[in-house]
Amino acid sequence: MNRILEKVQLSREVFKMKIEASLIAEERKPGQFLILQLDTNFGERIPLTIADADPSEGSITIIFQTVGNTTHRLASMSEGDSIANLLGPLGHPTHIDRFGKVVCVGGGIGVAPMYPIAQAMKQAGNHLTVIMGARNRELVIMEKEMRAIADELILCTDDGTAGRKALVTEPLKELCSGSEKPDLAVAIGPPIMMKFCAETTRPYGVPTVVSLNTIMVDGTGMCGGCRVSVGGKTKFVCVDGPEFDGHLVDFDNMMLRLGSYRTQEEEEHHRCHLDLKIEEVSK
Amino acid sequence: MSHLSPTELKTHASEIWKSLDGRELRMKERLGIPLQEMPSQDPLVRCTNMNEVALGYSEEQVRVESARCLQCKNPTCIDGCPVRIDIPGFIQAAFDGDYAKSLGIIKESSLLPAICGRVCPQESQCQATCTVGRSLKDVGKAVSIGRIERYVADWGRENGKSRPPAVKPETGKRVAVIGSGPASITAAADIRKEGHTVTVFEAFHKPGGVMIYGIPEFRLPKKIVQEEIDALTTMGVELRTNFLIGRTRTLHELFEKDGYDAVFIGSGAGLPKFMNVPGENFVGVFSANEYLTRANLMKAYDSEHAATPIYPSRRVVVVGGGNVAMDSARMAKRLGADEVTIVYRRTEVEMPARVEEVAHAKEEGINFFLLANPVEILGNDKGRVRAVRVLRYSLGEPDDSGRRRPVPIEGSEMEMEVDTVIVAIGNESNPLIHRTTPELATDSHGHIVADEEGKTSMDRVYAGGDIVLGSATVILAMGEGRKAAAAINRLLDITQA
Repeated sequence: MNRILEKVQLSREVFKMKIEASLIAEERKPGQFLILQLDTNFGERIPLTIADADPSEGSITIIFQTVGNTTHRLASMSEGDSIANLLGPLGHPTHIDRFGKVVCVGGGIGVAPMYPIAQAMKQAGNHLTVIMGARNRELVIMEKEMRAIADELILCTDDGTAGRKALVTEPLKELCSGSEKPDLAVAIGPPIMMKFCAETTRPYGVPTVVSLNTIMVDGTGMCGGCRVSVGGKTKFVCVDGPEFDGHLVDFDNMMLRLGSYRTQEEEEHHRCHLDLKIEEVSK
Repeated sequence: MSHLSPTELKTHASEIWKSLDGRELRMKERLGIPLQEMPSQDPLVRCTNMNEVALGYSEEQVRVESARCLQCKNPTCIDGCPVRIDIPGFIQAAFDGDYAKSLGIIKESSLLPAICGRVCPQESQCQATCTVGRSLKDVGKAVSIGRIERYVADWGRENGKSRPPAVKPETGKRVAVIGSGPASITAAADIRKEGHTVTVFEAFHKPGGVMIYGIPEFRLPKKIVQEEIDALTTMGVELRTNFLIGRTRTLHELFEKDGYDAVFIGSGAGLPKFMNVPGENFVGVFSANEYLTRANLMKAYDSEHAATPIYPSRRVVVVGGGNVAMDSARMAKRLGADEVTIVYRRTEVEMPARVEEVAHAKEEGINFFLLANPVEILGNDKGRVRAVRVLRYSLGEPDDSGRRRPVPIEGSEMEMEVDTVIVAIGNESNPLIHRTTPELATDSHGHIVADEEGKTSMDRVYAGGDIVLGSATVILAMGEGRKAAAAINRLLDITQA
């Protein structure tokens, strides 16, 4: 069970894995995630979005960035190896409908979970604009796949090594202020990006869905570690989400909670980057 | 009271046993035998380890404690036991030193004596009505039924006498059991005994439910829970971990796609309650579920091996007065907190925790701040907890539960400087199964509605344990599982005929 069928390195830190998991493949819908654990006794349980699934083959695809203990270990595994524990699919599926014009904004690794959603939105008959952002050319993933389904694709990098030298909020703002205002925006990426996407669309009244990836233990509603404040109410990302109205999410609190287990030193380092980024984005 | 070592307790018991001299005891003599204390690890030592605190009686102690039982003609203790174990019967056998017989008597009614002997709230169940306690005008002096039960159960485990029940020939009927806590383990065993095929579905990566993720090692060694799980497997029950009913499969699919003939839902109380006070989402506020799951199931206490982190706490407030609150407080202490305080709205009398757990917590230096409740959690500039503002209460008139209602004292607010707040005020029911199966009737608290036999509003679907009762105990959940299993067995019998 849970055998790794295929492993592809997409960029320096990003890997794609196809895993044998027939039950999850059968039930999974766009927007859902799973919990993965590499060692039954001592491993941590981490949430990862399901990027794709092939029910006929009984496989699912995950795309992950090596950021912590588990993702580093996962990246070191090979085809044929098995993953100790996979639980899913979890969370509510994305609400797919014919909205009209939909803009999907994916930042960094967030492009991966965005792909099945964009695909479903397109299939539902929406006009699909995809905005993809990455720090640099090296970190751009799934551009080809996205191009194949998008009516329009805008690629941005922070340093201009691929596409526009811009943050994703720039083209998003242009779209919202133009004559062809989107009927729905979906943003998935780093919390700070989702926060500023929501801030960008807010004045234009464009409904904005964000998909949150918080700290979880069980992923089934049991621990409450994933809780976020949405419109002043406490919600559990695992059972109430992972998608929420981006205009109602308290991103600042969420980002602090994401740093719960950072040591003091890491915290400082993280804050410096965060402040720089915020400065950059608010310019 | 100073801490007596197991050896001292054993020596005392041995002297008493000799003085009893095997003669027929009169009631007065029995009442005069001193209660046998549970040997335990030294409080100063155990605060630094995860090993079981209560060490269990020596044989001398179990014989002496059994001698305290009056063997009442009309034993009220049995009425206090949710599964009606023949208590005087097993105690008499223990007194006689016939532990195999004693265990046999217990096993007629209870599947999990090693667990129940450790975690049952005996003082509010079997021991509450014990004649010895009444005669001595102190429920705390009742016969230690739970400790004797534990001795007998452990004797069985250690001497290989705890064989799994026999299984009747296969019937070809298939039953899905959802969850793997006490209700489900009991139901699975009872249904399997009749020869039906049983699959247990567990969402976590390890079976055992609350006995694995919630109750700490120092109170219920995981080895004991594992033995009960192994017994199920030996009986031929199939265990499927990482399987969430409501997501991996819906209830309907269990019937339609997988062809089960009946389902038992024992998924437990899954959603932690919070206090709904300002500041509850600051970093450093945890549900007891999260804190204990990290520590127990994810083994975060073993930081050398475990990948799951646990919050480094120095000053901790635990809100609540139940067993889960005690477990959280004592766990925080073991994980290195300097100061741990239980904050509870009422007084110690109203605390739902087992008396022994409260006593153990006190011995371990946990502070109790009673008649107080947090009204706000305060954070620092980094969004981390820096203090709790609490309001003091006095006790007013009794409420619906019969306990005196706490009444806030105006202007009594004060701040406690802490870095961690653990909320242990109970659980709501997990919405997952209900959301994906709307026709399954639930009450206003989200608990599944089930009748006397555990039958729900859906055909062939039964439920029991915390998902029906709200937050209850291991033994009550077990009783529910047993009841529902009997009903399922009857149902399958009929459909077979």
